[in-house]
Amino acid sequence: MIEALLVAPFDLGFMRRALAGCLALSLAGPPLGVFLVLRRMSLTTDVLQHGILPGIALGAMLGGAGLAAMGLGGLIAGLVVTVLAGALARATAGQEDSQLAGVTMVALAAGVAIVSTTRGVDLTHLLFGSVLAVDDAALFLMAGAGSICLLGLALIWRPLIVESVDPGFLAAVGGGGGIWHLAFMALVVTCVVGGFAALGTLMSIGLMMLPAIAARHWAQTLAGMVGMAVAIAIMASLAGLLISFHADIPAGPAVVLTAGAVWGVGLIFGRFNAMLARKRSD
Amino acid sequence: MITLAHVTCQYRGVTAVDDVSGVFAPGSMTAIIGPNGAGKTTLLRAIAGVHPPASGTIAKIGLAQTHLAQTQIALLPQAGRMERGFPISCADVVALGAIPHIGVFAGLPADAAARVAAALVRVGLAGLEPRLVGTLSAGQFQRVLWARLLVQDAEVILLDEPTANVDAASEAVFRDMLADWQRTGRTVIAVLHDIDLVRAMFPNTVMLARRLIAWGPTDTVLSAENRRAARLALDPWLDAA
Repeated sequence: MIEALLVAPFDLGFMRRALAGCLALSLAGPPLGVFLVLRRMSLTTDVLQHGILPGIALGAMLGGAGLAAMGLGGLIAGLVVTVLAGALARATAGQEDSQLAGVTMVALAAGVAIVSTTRGVDLTHLLFGSVLAVDDAALFLMAGAGSICLLGLALIWRPLIVESVDPGFLAAVGGGGGIWHLAFMALVVTCVVGGFAALGTLMSIGLMMLPAIAARHWAQTLAGMVGMAVAIAIMASLAGLLISFHADIPAGPAVVLTAGAVWGVGLIFGRFNAMLARKRSD
Repeated sequence: MITLAHVTCQYRGVTAVDDVSGVFAPGSMTAIIGPNGAGKTTLLRAIAGVHPPASGTIAKIGLAQTHLAQTQIALLPQAGRMERGFPISCADVVALGAIPHIGVFAGLPADAAARVAAALVRVGLAGLEPRLVGTLSAGQFQRVLWARLLVQDAEVILLDEPTANVDAASEAVFRDMLADWQRTGRTVIAVLHDIDLVRAMFPNTVMLARRLIAWGPTDTVLSAENRRAARLALDPWLDAA
């Protein structure tokens, strides 16, 4: 019974591939998410998850629904939206949130419009993912994106921390400024695009953000948060894929809901800034 | 030697510093004073090289280069400009002072831990290495930034309101640091509001009100006439009249 519930689904090739891909993204994404949370950039991720959709849709329209064309389109759109968001934030001091909300809506509308004119692309799969879509090409995309992100973050780890804490200091001593932010955002875009086939464009970033948000209730140091976030993401991937398989719901929402449940537990019972912990210290 | 020639700086589309010229001699201690909005911080950032002037030149002559090919200038920004929510320890913030010497990627030198510990002792925060900066009081955090300056060990030290938020005991520690810097021939330029501190520790003063009101020996610059001129220079009603 338990074997049929927990192990048997992974006898299927597409489930094994989806699991391997999600585990790769679980190692790479949550550390990026921790930095997104600590850099107070949750709003930017909102723009990003909507912003890559028109790129992927254009890739599908021009490249015939192939994964490579869609991934490349998503990557380019994600980078454009990121740079645009930064430029808007600087140009319109004080109205950043409304400007970014505008970008989000226009991008989503454009993406849906383009998808609906393109044959062979299922909007639901694109937005929310499908484990059935994880063929060999999708697995390579997920594992490749995960590897790039993991290595890239390891490389820029220290300057990124300094840039997060004290950008003025880093610029004053000639350690570079915007370049680390851009490199970091490129990694985030790569990771989100890497997950879109299995998890969907709207949900891919959830595997990155929710474990990072949840980890803040269990750890206070950077290393502790990163470790917790990765552990939570692996758990959410495994449980989410099983729920997706048995309950026949898209993989993206299943994984994100599982991560959300873990966050909820942390919010109530966690060690730091949790509802019960706060009550105890009162 | 740092020479300003007709330096004009824009800040958010407004002229914040207007046509300032003058010389900071090697080993001099200079205070920059003036009303709020006088462009003091902008001028300091221009000297540090992080806010290039819109026109005019800032020449830095005879200063050694750091590992990162910058002149040896340390800038202590206002404490409020930093992200204190990031989980980083006091020891790590102080150790950032080594970056100009080793670059952003290299490992810390073997004596770094000892130097960090000594700097924390010097500012009265002995043993606080593992504490996250988010748990410090505003005054303690300010002193962590002083400790970083000690590790950075630069020839020119730029300070933006370095004693905001600190108590009298800490200010005494800071006066000791200033005296040390003067003894070892560092050039110190500090934006200050505390006139007592200016009179006690800074032989030279720049009075700024967007344009230069006065630059010279502190006693001369702090005349009632100059202080009145600085207030009037920034009064929009009198500007329009």
